[in-house]
Formats: sequence, C-alpha cells, structure tokens
Amino acid sequence: MAFARIVVPPRVARGEAFEVRVSIRHPMETGFRVDDVGKSIPRNTLREVVVRYGDAIVLRASLGSGIAANPYLRFFVTARESGPLAVEWVDDAGEPGTVRADVNVA
Amino acid sequence: MTRIVAVAAFAAALAAPLASPCAAAEPGGRPDPARSGLGDVAPSIAALQADDAANPGMLWVDRGAALWSASVGSNGPACSTCHAAAAMKGVAARLPAWSGAAGRVVDLEDRIDACRTSRQHAPPLARGSEDLVALTAFVAAQSRGVPIHVSVDGPAKPAFERARAFYTTRRGQMNLACTSCHDDLAGKRLLNETISQGHPNAFPAYRLEWQAMGSLQRRLRACLFGIRATMPEEGAAVLTELELYLAWRADGLPVEAPGVRR
Repeated sequence: MAFARIVVPPRVARGEAFEVRVSIRHPMETGFRVDDVGKSIPRNTLREVVVRYGDAIVLRASLGSGIAANPYLRFFVTARESGPLAVEWVDDAGEPGTVRADVNVA
Repeated sequence: MTRIVAVAAFAAALAAPLASPCAAAEPGGRPDPARSGLGDVAPSIAALQADDAANPGMLWVDRGAALWSASVGSNGPACSTCHAAAAMKGVAARLPAWSGAAGRVVDLEDRIDACRTSRQHAPPLARGSEDLVALTAFVAAQSRGVPIHVSVDGPAKPAFERARAFYTTRRGQMNLACTSCHDDLAGKRLLNETISQGHPNAFPAYRLEWQAMGSLQRRLRACLFGIRATMPEEGAAVLTELELYLAWRADGLPVEAPGVRR
C-alpha cells in the first residue's frame, strides 16, 4: 500500500508563492543491488511525479535511482484561486499513487 | 622491579571502573542525568525530527491514523469506535507494563494486538509489519512530550530483574553487555557516532539506516547483531522485558515518537 503526505499552508494570499511539501513512502530501489542469494533486485523508482493545481500542471519530475527511499519534495506554487492540489505518480512497477490537498486562497 | 610495579599499576587501572560523567551510579542503575539520544544525533537529524512536515516518521503516523479509524474485517469495529485518539495520551509513556490477562509483561505492540484479537476478533498484526509499526507510531505520537514512567513493582518485578541482568551481562562474540557502551562509554565516540545512553523514548523511530520506521525491538535486535550475539525474534519475552527495563532507566524523559535516528 502506497502512502504519502502533503503539507500546504492553511490559507494563502492570491498572487503569493506558497510552499508545498510532499513525502512519499517508496523504496526507490536502484536496480543495482542484489539480495542475500545474489539475485539482482529489479529497479523500482518513481518514474514520474506530476503536480496539478486545478487543471494546470505546475510541476513534473522524473526521479531516478539517485533519489533515496521515501522521497521528500519541497517546492513553491503561486496561488491563483482556491482548488485542489494533486500529486500523482507512477513507479517502475506501474503502481500509481496520489495524494491531494485543498488550497484556500484568501 | 620497576617494570613489575608498572605492570601492576596498569593492571589496576584496567580493573578500576572507567570514570565517566555519564556512568550509572551502580551497575544496572539509572544514568544521572538521563540524556535523550536526540542530544547525540547530528543537528540535521534533530531538525528533521522537529519538523512534522519533514519528519519521515510522520508518514507512518498518518497511515496509523487511517488504520485507527478503519473498520477491521468485514464490518468489525475500528479502534476509534471505542477509543478517542486523544485518550491514548500517556499510554506509550507507561508501557511496557505487567498484564494480568496475559500473565506477562506486554508492550504497546502487544496491547494493540490483544485489542485486535479480543475486541475486534481479527488476526493479530505480525510483529514488524508495516501496519503494526504504523499503528504503534500513531498511538505513541499521542504521548509526545509525556515523561516516561513505568511500574516495575509487584508482579513485574521478576521480569524487571531478569532484564536488568540481561542488560548488565556480557554476551556475543564481541563479549559486550548493553551497559559496556550505553553506561560506561556513553557520550564518547564510536567511529563518527556519539554513543547514546540507549534510551527508548524516540521509538518507534525512523532510522536512516533502515529507510523506514521500526519498533524498539527491531532496534534492540540491531544492537545485538552489532555485538554478534543471538538475536531473539521480535516479540520474544526477553526483548519485551528489556523494553521495560529501558523504560525504567529512561524515567522522566519525554516520549519523542516518531523520532528520527541514524
């Protein structure tokens, strides 16, 4: 079961940049490791992370094998109007995940 | 002759107890003053623990919160059906404790599983499973800041004394007791780490080494692995009793769960 957290300020002013912090539970397996019997562990990293604010895509990221387990993303978005901020991702195993928060623009 | 005297003096120095400001008053006693392991980690790790939005352990706390209010089985009661989460404040600070029903010392994981089997009529969650770690983290987080105080009198006394003996007994290929490092050498360096007093107040904690949240018993097993001693399975009585001893030893330290440690 994938799980994740998203933190946005409870209220933001229109036109202001606000901070978004996202953490996602994911092993971020590099594909370079082997298990106890020498069998290689298949790569499984977050292939793509997309952040939507309303209908617009505000961030798109490809996380490779250089990112540690349980990635933590911190970025800024300019407040336009109240609406959902959704983070969606898919990993190398094809497993999708999503976490969302509501942005309240005062 | 001089040489013999010198050798004798050296032997006497070895036999003398190591003078250290952190040493326990007596073998198996409490360190004075007790010092949370938070003071021994790098500032960057302490900052990670202090900020809920960055603390990776909060992932498990959030998941625990979801499990807390999720109905168990087909239509069984959720934890929240009977317990308000706020009522869990202080629970983690007074466990492990003697349970008359179980006839042994139980820790927080045991209590959660006992509730699951007897009240929710569901199979117990496996020790070390992500769900049990998450629920434990959620319940323990309700006690953040509450000073640890456990009861070691009455029926818990024999278990407590067994655990004290375990703590002070040398074991494993490295022939080390818990006390050899966490009392005698606490505050000194082991490679680039500061040796902590070995308090349990941050657990369940996110360890960077595990890249995951883990229970105190998992940490104890890791310590036993380090000294190349036999590692009892998680949930074994010897580890649960050791948790009780460690809680007694950490008396007054605030619960920090979910902690972050290296």
